[in-house]
Amino acid sequence: MFQKVWESHVVVAETAETPAVLYVDTHLVHEVTSPQAFTVLRERGLRLRRPELMLATIDHSSPTRTEQIFGNVPISIESAAQQIAQLERNCGEFGVELFGLRSDQRGIVHIVGPELGLTQPGHTLVCGDSHTSTHGAFGALAFGIGTTEVGHVFATQCLLQRRPKTFAINIDGALSRAVTAKDLILSIIGQIGVAGGTGHVLEYRGAVIRALSMEERMTVCNMSIEAGARAGMIAPDETTYSYLRGRPRAPGGQAWERALERWRALPSDAGARYDREITLDGAAIEPMVTYGTNPGMVMAVSGSIPEAHNDPVFDKALAYMGLHAGEPIGNQPVNVVFIGSCTNGRLSDLRSAAQLLRGRKIAHGVRALVVPGSQQVKKAAEAEGLDRIFLDAGAEWRESGCSMCLGMNGDLVAKGEYSISTSNRNFEGRQGAGARTLLASPLTAAASAVRGRVTDPRDLFNG
Amino acid sequence: MEPIRQIRSRTVVLPYTNIDTDQIIPARFLRTTTREGLGRQLFADWRLKADGSLNAEFPLNRAEAAGCSVLVADRNFGCGSSREHAPWALLDYGFRAVISTEIADIFRSNSLKNGLLPVVVDQASGTWLLEHPGAEVLIDLPSATLQLPTGVAIPFPIEAFARYCLINGVDELGFLLAQAPQIDRYEQRQAS
Repeated sequence: MFQKVWESHVVVAETAETPAVLYVDTHLVHEVTSPQAFTVLRERGLRLRRPELMLATIDHSSPTRTEQIFGNVPISIESAAQQIAQLERNCGEFGVELFGLRSDQRGIVHIVGPELGLTQPGHTLVCGDSHTSTHGAFGALAFGIGTTEVGHVFATQCLLQRRPKTFAINIDGALSRAVTAKDLILSIIGQIGVAGGTGHVLEYRGAVIRALSMEERMTVCNMSIEAGARAGMIAPDETTYSYLRGRPRAPGGQAWERALERWRALPSDAGARYDREITLDGAAIEPMVTYGTNPGMVMAVSGSIPEAHNDPVFDKALAYMGLHAGEPIGNQPVNVVFIGSCTNGRLSDLRSAAQLLRGRKIAHGVRALVVPGSQQVKKAAEAEGLDRIFLDAGAEWRESGCSMCLGMNGDLVAKGEYSISTSNRNFEGRQGAGARTLLASPLTAAASAVRGRVTDPRDLFNG
Repeated sequence: MEPIRQIRSRTVVLPYTNIDTDQIIPARFLRTTTREGLGRQLFADWRLKADGSLNAEFPLNRAEAAGCSVLVADRNFGCGSSREHAPWALLDYGFRAVISTEIADIFRSNSLKNGLLPVVVDQASGTWLLEHPGAEVLIDLPSATLQLPTGVAIPFPIEAFARYCLINGVDELGFLLAQAPQIDRYEQRQAS
């Protein structure tokens, strides 16, 4: 599949001396990684080659407090307000469609693309953001690029790329109850390591993947970068087509039929070869949680923190986390619960958390923040009353954005505090200087919110 | 971009695996619209204490690190986000090259586009470098070798076109812009 998408986008083939010139179908833009690229265009007197293939949104620096977006309260961080204003100016000057701060289409770039139907099988899609791998869930070749490359796409709609290797990850069997797509991808990263995918495009395959919804597939592909991979892909199937059908920017009418025909030819042929291949048993996967300072330091929620012998980096990570090898992670108190992000900020994620919080209260002293991934997700969640469930449980319900995943907008975890978070990175200081992040699924995060400590969601399901 | 042929420097060593871009430059410093001056925030949460004073224990703050332009780190340097602010911060601080046994894909690509050399070495050389902070090394780009003070010259992989651009101080955008006729033809084929 990767090969088919790659080859259909090669403008100039690679040689020993030069990389391939690869065409980009869709370029998503946000406020953090684009301003310096627009500056280069200005300095060189260049315009955008295909502005209609770009879409910009505001997510990383955007406030999540309603009054700062729709009210008269100024954005609390001046540099964030300036960055947002700069994107508005740049998009106006260069003719890029922008979902502005008050747009009901705005949201996290990786939530917005799919929900519009802009992310399509067989496309190449890039964004100055590493979690662009999310879009691979549709059988698109989607990857994160730096700001210099954002400028390349602005000016030429192309990138210079060497062809990456391929790595098939087969997940056989079926997931158990309360085991989610997040547990699956955390488990995969735990197996292959945070550099296990370097130089490769991952293709997730097998019965477990086929049984996942599109939103679950996005959660899996989203964290491909946490295994170091260039991209992650899942072959399109009926699940993909029924998700896309009727979305505002998906093909319609006769174009839909033609697209379907193209898309059905995309999946890898029988006997396709990969540079690497592994197979995991889906039934063996349990609810997972991280205990260290990278997403590969992950364990079953029901387990004990592993021991490492003579590994100062491992010891440094545990010291930062204030955790001890050999001890169970269950019962570790948490101060903050964050439900949201491009990993787990879609409607099904909010439903999953709400399912556990319905009729329950968040533990005393725990602060829980629920941040929908887009304004459309927020609207849909409110239409089915999920906001009431979160508010009644004692959580905060906010406007959409990246929020506490990386705290650029000021939604921060305090030094030394433990946060159980549905986001994607537990790096030191990711959610705030000195903050300690435990990554988990929305179910595990919600269960932990109720108990005030790391909790296996199956404990609550069982009464 | 300045042409690069050789870099001769003592090394400064960060003996940690998986140093991610959130350590290289924390997210709170990304609310900028320029690329200048980011060296001040390089490794901010490791290099500086909470009150803003220097953490004397951190390798970059030791007296012998002054003037070093080659950073050595353990496996998988630069993992995490696509922020080009990471190589911008390293360059602004004074680094010209990073050596590790593995360097994350996006970080490596971003570094090459800004004149920060990513040098990937074998395990034995990586271990030697980690164990010898302050070693005087010579990185020779035309021959793509890293010379250790022991006299050993280690070849390192570098993509041919990126090497050409670095040695000649040209950037890739000019090359891409010159592909316009091929891009036009590709677009016409797609439209038909």
